[in-house]
Amino acid sequence: MGKTVAEKIFASHIIDNPSGDINVIRLDAVFCHEITTPGAINDLVNRGKDRVFDPSKIKAVIDHVTPAKDSKTALQGKILRNWARRHKIEDFFDIGRNGVCHAIFPEKGFVRPGYTIIMGDSHTCTHGAFGAFAAGVGTTDLEVGILKGVCAFHYPVTIKINITGKLMPGVYAKDVILSIISMLGVNGATNRVIEFAGPVIDLMSMEARMTICNMAVEAGATCGICSPDMTTVEYLWEFIQDEFGSKEKALDKYSQFAADPDAEYDRIIDHDVSKLEPQMTFGYKPDLVKNVQEMEGTKIDQVYIGSCTNGRIEDLRVVAEIMKGNLISDSVRCIISPATPQVYQKAMEEGLLKIFMDAGVCLTNPTCGACLGMSNGVLAEGEVCASTTNRNFNGRMGKGGMVHLMSPATAAASAIAGKIQIPETKPVPEEYNEKF
Amino acid sequence: MKNFNGKVLFLDRADINTDEIIPAKYLTEISREALEPYLLEDLELDGFNQGMDLANKSVIITKDNFGCGSSREHAPWALDANGINLVIAENFARIFKQNMFNCGMLAVEFSSEIIGKIFRLFAGRSTDLETDMKRMIITIKSDEHQEEFPFSISDFDLALVEAGGWLSYADSNY
Repeated sequence: MGKTVAEKIFASHIIDNPSGDINVIRLDAVFCHEITTPGAINDLVNRGKDRVFDPSKIKAVIDHVTPAKDSKTALQGKILRNWARRHKIEDFFDIGRNGVCHAIFPEKGFVRPGYTIIMGDSHTCTHGAFGAFAAGVGTTDLEVGILKGVCAFHYPVTIKINITGKLMPGVYAKDVILSIISMLGVNGATNRVIEFAGPVIDLMSMEARMTICNMAVEAGATCGICSPDMTTVEYLWEFIQDEFGSKEKALDKYSQFAADPDAEYDRIIDHDVSKLEPQMTFGYKPDLVKNVQEMEGTKIDQVYIGSCTNGRIEDLRVVAEIMKGNLISDSVRCIISPATPQVYQKAMEEGLLKIFMDAGVCLTNPTCGACLGMSNGVLAEGEVCASTTNRNFNGRMGKGGMVHLMSPATAAASAIAGKIQIPETKPVPEEYNEKF
Repeated sequence: MKNFNGKVLFLDRADINTDEIIPAKYLTEISREALEPYLLEDLELDGFNQGMDLANKSVIITKDNFGCGSSREHAPWALDANGINLVIAENFARIFKQNMFNCGMLAVEFSSEIIGKIFRLFAGRSTDLETDMKRMIITIKSDEHQEEFPFSISDFDLALVEAGGWLSYADSNY
């Protein structure tokens, strides 16, 4: 019997089987940010166990509240910073070099096919886009990961979603994943891995695949995974060329983590997206999804474009194409947070920042920002935000606020219209988005 | 081992998420005790009064998919800071459930039929609960009714509860 991607990764990482289907696996990387890591650091210090299993396998960033907004967040940054220095963690990204964790770590080449990764952040599932097993965990799991380089998981049971058809213009990875969450429900993949496959995934860029995998947890999944292929190799090439010499050799190695054709799945869902229209959420759960067309004209107060879901350069290119020569409506405010300094730099070089500023956008530094209402862009009671983020829970962006999740294209079109607006369905220019 | 007995708070809703259990703006707190006043501050549930309803409660009984959303262990910490170490639900989001056991706390799953029965018999009344970890039986009682409900958790989860959490377990095993 063949194996799924997650089963193949587990096969080479299991170090113990304490009971039933519980497996303790060896970790290839432990990612850390300043919100969930200080609790682990302090506890290790208090227990007299202030050690790290391998400083080269720990990557850390200050991203949620940066620059610090008050004494408490300054202290969180200080604890992480001092700990990284103390343990000689070289891959620590501080102010000026920092970006949203799930955007900056892949960009630095830290995520490879076949890796096992944990982080104290539920959207760690993003990294499954590379054919890795990457899962969000709590602070205690993170603490054990830091100290021992291991974590316990149920043996992976996988739902395969075979995505077929051809996307219509104006429809993006975000629309695809919203349609899938709507279909599965917020609890539909709990204790399951979701493997995203099929011709639509095959044609997607790594950035689009990250958008898809990023929201797997919104259906309850442990991890979202794509089989590694030549697109994965191309994305990683600058980091792996010395190791492999040729792309074919890299593909050969990484293909061992691709799912077998006869792998056994919990279930297989065929999802034809040919007729899929732009999607958005309308309530306080990410599975409450409608066609944007049904919501057109809905009042909004703020537009937020950024986050680990949709703050990458391809997203900003789509937004710029729509905003070019237009002004943000007087009735709304629009905030864009490029997800990393590299995204920011590219956006500058490509002239996107000028388009945004000419349109009247507020550009912030790379940060998680408004997504979880911890620092900037917080909503007032009764306000509504059109957002490219991943979570619309009650109070998420500020007490009494409402967040509608959508693609960067729909968010940009809505910013100009001053209300929910379906993006124009003209094809995205080739040079802006090679994959769609 | 922690204490899994006491007065019950009934939360009659599915999909109660971690942002409702502890809003993100309080994640700037470093100490776990500091989370105590903010538990369930943003809970969307008709008639719920945070101050009155949480007073003296040691157990939560709720519906489907409790703890969905963020990985924040601040959710179990905020429960713990309020003296709540046991949550009973139809099922839990994976990370939340793991976090509970990782903290040596208890997350017990009953079928929707049993949860429905418990709500019918006890919700809205002053209800006490006792957990017998040896016999693996939960006893729920009000003035009018008393009933025993056998429960099961995996051997691994039990080992975590007995060890006082995953760090102690992992440190002695790996």
